[in-house]
Order: sequence, then structure tokens, then C-alpha cells
Amino acid sequence: MESHGLSKPFVALVVALYVFLLSPLAITLAISFSNDPFLGFPPEQWGTRWYGVLLGNPRFLAAFQNSLAIAATTMAVGLAAGIPAAYAIARGSFPGRDALLALFTAPLLLPSIVLGLALLLVFSQLNLASTFHGLVLAHLVVTLPYVVRIVTVGLSTIRPEYEEAAMTLGASPWRVFRRVTLPLMVPGIVGSAALTFLVSFDEVVVSLFLVGPRLTTLPVEILRYVETRTDPQVAALSVILIAITVALVVLIERSVGVMRALGR
Amino acid sequence: MAALLVPALAIVAAAFLYPVATLLRMSLNEAVSGGAIREAWTIANYVGFFTDSFYLELTGSALLLAGTVTLTSLLVAYPIALFLYRWDSPWRGPLAVLTISPLLVSAVVRTYGWIIILGDRGAVNSILRGVGLAAEPIRMTNNWIGVVVGLTEVLTPYMALALIAGFGRLDRAVEEAAMTLGASPWRTFVRVTLPLSLPGIMLGCLLCFVLAISSFITPRLLGGGRVFTLATEIYEQSMLNLNWPLAATISMVMLVMFGVTLVAYGRLARRIG
Repeated sequence: MESHGLSKPFVALVVALYVFLLSPLAITLAISFSNDPFLGFPPEQWGTRWYGVLLGNPRFLAAFQNSLAIAATTMAVGLAAGIPAAYAIARGSFPGRDALLALFTAPLLLPSIVLGLALLLVFSQLNLASTFHGLVLAHLVVTLPYVVRIVTVGLSTIRPEYEEAAMTLGASPWRVFRRVTLPLMVPGIVGSAALTFLVSFDEVVVSLFLVGPRLTTLPVEILRYVETRTDPQVAALSVILIAITVALVVLIERSVGVMRALGR
Repeated sequence: MAALLVPALAIVAAAFLYPVATLLRMSLNEAVSGGAIREAWTIANYVGFFTDSFYLELTGSALLLAGTVTLTSLLVAYPIALFLYRWDSPWRGPLAVLTISPLLVSAVVRTYGWIIILGDRGAVNSILRGVGLAAEPIRMTNNWIGVVVGLTEVLTPYMALALIAGFGRLDRAVEEAAMTLGASPWRTFVRVTLPLSLPGIMLGCLLCFVLAISSFITPRLLGGGRVFTLATEIYEQSMLNLNWPLAATISMVMLVMFGVTLVAYGRLARRIG
């Protein structure tokens, strides 16, 4: 029997919906090879002119470096703070562990625009606005929920028998952690590290409140550019960023598997 | 063991709990002209918000926008999720990943894509002019239409994610059983498939509604300063007018709307589940 319930009109509808869903990305890819000075489709001239302009744009380059440094620092600090917290929640025996997990994931429920304003109020008192440390701290709040959540789920799928067996065989608690638990945690750690990096690198609304003339991030710089200018330069930049993202996802898929990395 | 929690707790306390408390406190202060703030304990900002027809209209249009976009996202995502549920093919998994993959691309970039498609010199207007349907470009950016279209596409992957997860829990044999017992495809859909997918629909709608009501990037870029939402108003008041007490008040109103939505969802989910 053919797959049931897949009539031709239904399949045609689904194809049309996929076209809708993927059209902004497809058209951005196409328009990045426009040589026109304005944003129009179809382009009057094709070429790679805007890639050249982009690579000679010092503002985007500086913002790109800032975003890389902020994302890398957020990832390192986020893992350093999030993994121990997740371990304590998953393996500890103290009361209120569910409430703690809820507290650590609560920032996800707060709209970015509200978090951005709240951080601006506090950071402006502490002279943290438009500083590197301030942006890292802001991105930590946004990404820590993912680390704690994913690593906790990962730990809960590790059967305690493995650790008990090692313990029975005379391994010290540290050695059990180092040689048994930690290797089994790797997929969750890699997954949350990649997610933290991507979320921090893409974060724009919270950052918008905290950047300044001294320090800005790439997504904010792109937003400002799209607000004021309409030409294909951002398309060229988007294609490069999407290529980097896809490469990163493929790399993780190859090493641990995306589904496993995201905690099943 | 508890010491392991200290670094993460410090981050959450310093950059989440304390700032939100500060925001609440700020909403009770008094704004003096010129961006100055007078320390006070007053609910004047809230009274002002709920008696000003501009803010009441803004709240109404924000709710209308969120409701519309939630519905359109459901209409786009449901057939896709239903197709993935019924399609018996090794390509099902990769196609499901492709469906939610736009989430990996920033909303700024995807909104920019919509500016290219819907703009006066964009793809849609080129086609319309090409076939001779419109001599003058039809305005689809800097207005409500552009925001609805763009926001629908930006939020559809979230809706699809909830629906695919919901369908994933269903046994594919239930539709076949209904058909075998003589139900027409339409009757099978209305009486069997749709009710069983209701939890996924509700979760998806919750997610989209909440994200739509707080959306900022797409209304700002595709609305061109003509479509106001609570989020764009928070930004305007805090960054351009420097009226932090009012911006904090609007933020608190948004949080209350979130809370009400969550409670309503919880009640509905209990009644259905």
C-alpha cells in the first residue's frame, strides 16, 4: 500500500509551504551575488562585488571579532558554571532540586526585550554597560539555562550502575567522575557548548541595550545596517555566517550526533 | 555538593533576579521631563498606561498581531507536520531537521530576506509587474502585512517543532484503523487525527503567542516605524525618550500578559489532557 493520506493536492500544498518557509534564505543566497547598488530582485547585474565590499568593511570585521570573543568567553564560563550546577542537581540528594532547575531555566521565559532593559538599568549603575564583561554576563544568563538543562538530562540517562560498579572496584569518587561519568557526559557537554556559542553569537535584542560606541556585536551592527541602508552587503555577510553555522552543525553531527548532543 | 551550585547561582542572582527586581522598582518611580528620574513609590505609571488611549490601542493591536501570527503559523506548520507524520520514507528525519533548521539563522537575516521578497523592488512586485497584474508596486513592507508575513515565517519552526513532537507520540496505526472501519479521509482527520494532535497544537500556540507578543526585530525592520508593538515601545521609551519608569511599566505589563497566558494554557491543558 502507498503511504496513506498523501493525495496529490496535499503534497502540492506541503511543497508550497516549504517554499514559503525557506524562501527568505534562498533569496538571501541569490541576492548576495547581485552587483546592483540597491536591493532589488531579480538583480540587474550578477557578480561578487558585495563580497569584496564586505571583506573591506572594518566595522563588520571589528564587530565580528567582538562577537567571536564574547561567544567563546560565554561558552567557557557557561560550561564552567553550568556543568557543576547540573551535576549537583542530577546527582545531589539535597531538597529543592526541582525548584533549582526551574530557577536556572527561568531566564528562558523572560522576553529578551525585558531582560535587555533590566540589565541596562543595573549595568548603567555599575559601569558595565557597553563593556566586554557586561555583554558576557548578559549572554551567560541567556545561555546558562541550555547548559544546565541539557547536561542534567544527559546525566539522568547515565545508568548509576556504571558509577557504582567502578566504586565497588575501589575507584575513588574523583576517579569515578574522571574515568566513568565525565566521558559519558561528553555528548551533552559538546551539544550545550555548541548551542551556547551559536545563541551568544546570534543574540541581538539583549545586546542592543548594552552595546555602545566603544563595543558592538555583529548582529547589532547588521541590524543597524539593515535599518539604515538597503543594499546586498548584508546578504553576502549572511551567506558567510550561514556557511559557518552549517559547518559547525555538520562537525558536531559527525563527532557526536546532533540529536544525541541535544540530549536525545 | 551544594558548593557546586555557587557559580551558576551567582550568575542567576546578579544578572537575572536582581535586574528584574530593579526593573519592578523602576516602574514605581516618577519620570521627570528630560530623562530625569525621581525616586518614588507611585503607581502613577500604571494608571497612566491604562488610561492612555494610545497604550490601550497599542496593547489591543499587539494582542491582535500575536493572535493573527499564531493562527497563520499554525496554518503553515500543521500540514507540514501532518505530512511528516504520514510520510513513510527514510527522508522523513532529514526533512524534519530541514523544517526547524531556520531557527539556526538569526531573525535579523530572515527578516532581511523578507525585505528582499516583499519590498517595492522585490521578488513579488517584480513578478506582479512581469505578468502585468500591477503597474505600481504594491506596498508590503513598512506595514502590517509585511510584519504578519515575516513573523509567521520566523515563528513557524517553533510551531512545527511542537507539532512534530506531538505527532511523534501518536501511533500511525490509528488513522489506518479508522479508515479500515470505513471512515472517509476527512472524517478520519476531524474525528481521530485532529483531536489526538490537540496537545501539540496548544503547546505550539502558546510558544508562538508568547514569542509574537514580545517580538521586536521583525516588527521593527518590516514595520518601518509604522507598526507599534509593546516591545518596540519599550525600546523607544528606554533608548530614545530615556523614560525608564514608563519603559519598566510596559515591561511589567508584558510580563503579566505572559503570566496570564501561561495560567490559561495550564487550565486548558489540564481540561484536555
